[in-house]
Amino acid sequence: MTRQTDEEKSAVVQIPIVEYLVLGEDPHLEVNECVACHARFFDRRNACASCEGVAFQRTRLQPEGEVRAFTIVAFAAPGVPVPFVAALIDCDGTSVRANLIDVTPDAEHVHLGMKVRFCTQSLGLDEGGTEAVGFGFKPLA
Amino acid sequence: MATDDIYILGIDMTKFGKHPDLDLVDLASAATMGALADGGVTMRDIGVLAAGSLLNANAGIGQQLQKQIGQTGIPVYNVANACATGATALRVAYMAVKSGECDMGLAVGVEKLSGAGLLSGGSRPSDDGTWTPKGRYGAVAPIDGRIGTETMPGVFAQIGMEYGHRYGGTSFELFARISEKNHSHSTLNPKAAYQKRFTLDEIMHDVMIAYPNTRPMCSANCDGAAAAVVVGGAKLKTLSMQQRSRAVKISASVLTSDPWEEGCQVLPNVNTLTRNAAQQAYEQAGVDPQDLDLVELHDCFATAELVHYDNLGLCSEGGAVDFFESGATWRDGATPVNVSGGLESKGHPIAATGIANIWEVATHLRGEAGNRQIEGARLGLAHVIGLGSACGVHILERIAA
Repeated sequence: MTRQTDEEKSAVVQIPIVEYLVLGEDPHLEVNECVACHARFFDRRNACASCEGVAFQRTRLQPEGEVRAFTIVAFAAPGVPVPFVAALIDCDGTSVRANLIDVTPDAEHVHLGMKVRFCTQSLGLDEGGTEAVGFGFKPLA
Repeated sequence: MATDDIYILGIDMTKFGKHPDLDLVDLASAATMGALADGGVTMRDIGVLAAGSLLNANAGIGQQLQKQIGQTGIPVYNVANACATGATALRVAYMAVKSGECDMGLAVGVEKLSGAGLLSGGSRPSDDGTWTPKGRYGAVAPIDGRIGTETMPGVFAQIGMEYGHRYGGTSFELFARISEKNHSHSTLNPKAAYQKRFTLDEIMHDVMIAYPNTRPMCSANCDGAAAAVVVGGAKLKTLSMQQRSRAVKISASVLTSDPWEEGCQVLPNVNTLTRNAAQQAYEQAGVDPQDLDLVELHDCFATAELVHYDNLGLCSEGGAVDFFESGATWRDGATPVNVSGGLESKGHPIAATGIANIWEVATHLRGEAGNRQIEGARLGLAHVIGLGSACGVHILERIAA
């Protein structure tokens, strides 16, 4: 086994929780946008569900949005920490599914129409020292 | 009666609830033999069988059923279409008869769900030793709870909240009062899994599952089966006076999936496909929503019932809250909804649901609903929705014999 230098140790390799999360200097979400009709998708595509087009471009999403729907999940599968806030966020016309973070998970503190901003958070290191990075949205101001 | 119209000739459902001593085939047999007897026919009269059991979709439930109650060599279609499985089975039988391939068909739905718990988002295995991208999102870890929720109570909670965001007027209490109505209705239904009336306070202070849905606001997992015999008009004319007088006309039978719209692959859009199905059904039947004497709709969660008032056109667009507040959907209201108790109280054995709601409506149209009879009921609608998505809408009509 090669000994890691301090410099190598500090440069932790990161991997996004999903491919549509882009890390680096300025983390953000990227969708597959149909070149023909501009329908937006988060997953790997065979074709466009709206117009059947097969050409897509990667398009960056706005980091700010508005909570269009939410639920506070109090009962989930074993291993899923509760309570947490699951939400549908309208990012300038594109619907995004995410958790709301940095907010008290109760009906006093979360409300429809709330303005929120994209952010990332660590999910921890795997056995090889790679750090998985997730994302969420937190209240603006 | 027109010769190319399709009718329910016989229909039955088991009591919904816990049936620890009955397996899937026992339950399916009970409902099917009940439906055949109700229609005054036997398996020898049936030309096609469509059957579903969603959590056992590869079990060949149709053939298993035949082996217990009558193997006649007819074609069997085993169907699976999420929570619309029962309605899909009914529609397969309907289409076979409508096409003229046979003059009588049988549809069966059965499920054993007692004690099943959460039905999706149901697992988060411990994360692998290394973060490795998998699947169409290239996810390195299970996303339930990390990127929103996959659990049904949470998904449908958001569907109700989204309606509230768009039109206003919703609250935790409003959704709880919808559940209060359905639990109240079920006290008159001996086939309901639960027949206990809950106060609003009890509902709001029960175990929270996914805000704003507490436990009694979620559909009840239970065991049950339902079956229906459908017959073509030409054949019905040859049957006895008693059979003809109890036949119920299927004035519309529609199944839709969701057309692409922004966001529909992010949070399921249960609205557009229901609106489309309802519109097609009203056109097919030549009726207006205001003509309906009762509606059984897919209240898999209290938050879902609200949006379907609007989707089924029972109220003006955006008017679901006012419509509920008016009392219209209680059993003594203008458009009684879920007088059976609905999925929240009657229960939701998935594949049985889309035929059991037809049984409920047909039983009222026949004037055989006992204590919970909606007096003079002539026209009713049954709606189911399965995520993915599939929506079934049937309109039933009492006919003059």
